Amino acid sequence: MNPIPAFELADATFRYPESTALDSLTLSITPGQCVAVLGANGSGKSTLLRVLAGLCFPERGSVRFFGESLTEPALAHGAFARNFRRRVGVVFQNPDVQLFNATVFDEVAFGPLQMGWSKAQILQRVHCALADLGIEALKDRPPHRLSGGEKKRVALASVLVLDPDVLLLDEPTAALDPKSQGQIVDFLFGCVGKKTVITTTHSLEVAQEIADRVLVLENGRLAATGPTAEILADTALLERTHLLHAHRHRHSSGAIHSHPHRHH
Amino acid sequence: MFPRRHDFIEKTLNRLAESIGQAARADDSGADSGFLQRLDPRVKLAGVLGLIFAAAASQRLAVTAAIFAVGLTLALASRVLGPIARLWGGVLFFTGMLVLPAAILTPGAPLFHLPWVGWPITDHGLRSAASLIARAETTATLAALLVLTTRWGHLLKALRVLRIPALFVVILGMTYRFIFVLLGIARDFLEARRARQVGRLDGRQQRQMAVSSAAMLLSKSVQLSGEVYEAMQARGFCGEVYTLDAFRFKNLDWCMLAAFVVITIAAFGMGTLP
Repeated sequence: MNPIPAFELADATFRYPESTALDSLTLSITPGQCVAVLGANGSGKSTLLRVLAGLCFPERGSVRFFGESLTEPALAHGAFARNFRRRVGVVFQNPDVQLFNATVFDEVAFGPLQMGWSKAQILQRVHCALADLGIEALKDRPPHRLSGGEKKRVALASVLVLDPDVLLLDEPTAALDPKSQGQIVDFLFGCVGKKTVITTTHSLEVAQEIADRVLVLENGRLAATGPTAEILADTALLERTHLLHAHRHRHSSGAIHSHPHRHH
Repeated sequence: MFPRRHDFIEKTLNRLAESIGQAARADDSGADSGFLQRLDPRVKLAGVLGLIFAAAASQRLAVTAAIFAVGLTLALASRVLGPIARLWGGVLFFTGMLVLPAAILTPGAPLFHLPWVGWPITDHGLRSAASLIARAETTATLAALLVLTTRWGHLLKALRVLRIPALFVVILGMTYRFIFVLLGIARDFLEARRARQVGRLDGRQQRQMAVSSAAMLLSKSVQLSGEVYEAMQARGFCGEVYTLDAFRFKNLDWCMLAAFVVITIAAFGMGTLP
């Protein structure tokens, strides 16, 4: 018997005043899967994540979380809302949006405080989360004195402190230096098989490293879905959805030429 | 190097860099290992507010001077005397401007006359002016002492001991936090503008630039507020605000609390006695 999907979208449509972000999208995500959502700018990746996070709601169609309907009234109050927020952690693309407290410690403690945990439990979990991400030394720092990589790790700690079953990450490696990117990828790699991870990315390499399934979005529609290796081998699909492109580049031999390629 | 005559962009960029630098220095001194930095923020807040109250109520110059001396000693022990001393000139200037009419208009025996205008400075007038200036200098010194020896986040949490509502404390914290985000956005915007600017802007262009910067920042702040609210919702925020303090009283905190109470009561008593 198939397990209840972690998320199930049926014919979900979401429109902004100037465009349609999700267009009759139907998909299902199994618990424990690590899914990379690929797509060009404006393809609907971030909107899909916001819908899955219960931050906006499709005007048509439905979204289900472990079989329960994810609607605005259901998330307004009560046990379901609290349970959903504890079980689903969201890491935003811009960490400045997510770091709104005066210090790193307060930032990480924000979620547990909302859950109504005891002071002792909050202190213990906050210290564990800071240690897991290697940011204990930053606990008294204000967010404006953190580097981009540190901000990203604090944002992750602020979500992981609740030990969510599902992690939704919007471009987790965007605008980071290679070392910080590597730390985030290492961390995500550690989540594989333990949590349901859904991450949007432009990077085929990140998708290849952490995802066991890829969703490709194109103009708010599902262009393709399947095992990572299969999707990433489909050069025609990747070119059509602007994930692979031809441009002039130099090989180690010194030869300069142009053909569709990916960067390693 | 900036050109000698700064225009709007240069001046604004310089001020942005200066503001960010000042905040960073205040944060560093708050994390230093000086005497007051080691105290529980609640003790510091209560103690310094008590001294400020006693200084503001003091009618005697000697008592105000004694409180000022306490402030100086604490500043020295906390290694923040330098930044505090830089405040004194400004406080003296602005308070001096305010009390100058009182020094002239207060009736009493003239001590001397101002050059050129010949207005008399009376002994009573001079005494009340000195008292007001001393109180302004003392309270400014104590306030700066509190800010420079306490990290902003800790200071905000300490406000909760004064029964200030959690919502207010959280709003203050977020305001401080996002001032830096908006400063960063403004700096990026102005640098991008400077990179494409040839020559100097005339007055009209500078005014246009000031208005467009303000409008851009307002629009960014509206956009940010929506995104921040979503980030809060995603972590379980439902409209109720909670705060947590992990402060612990140590022996030194109890001793200093007792010392602050004794000094405040003594200064208040002696300063307000007829």
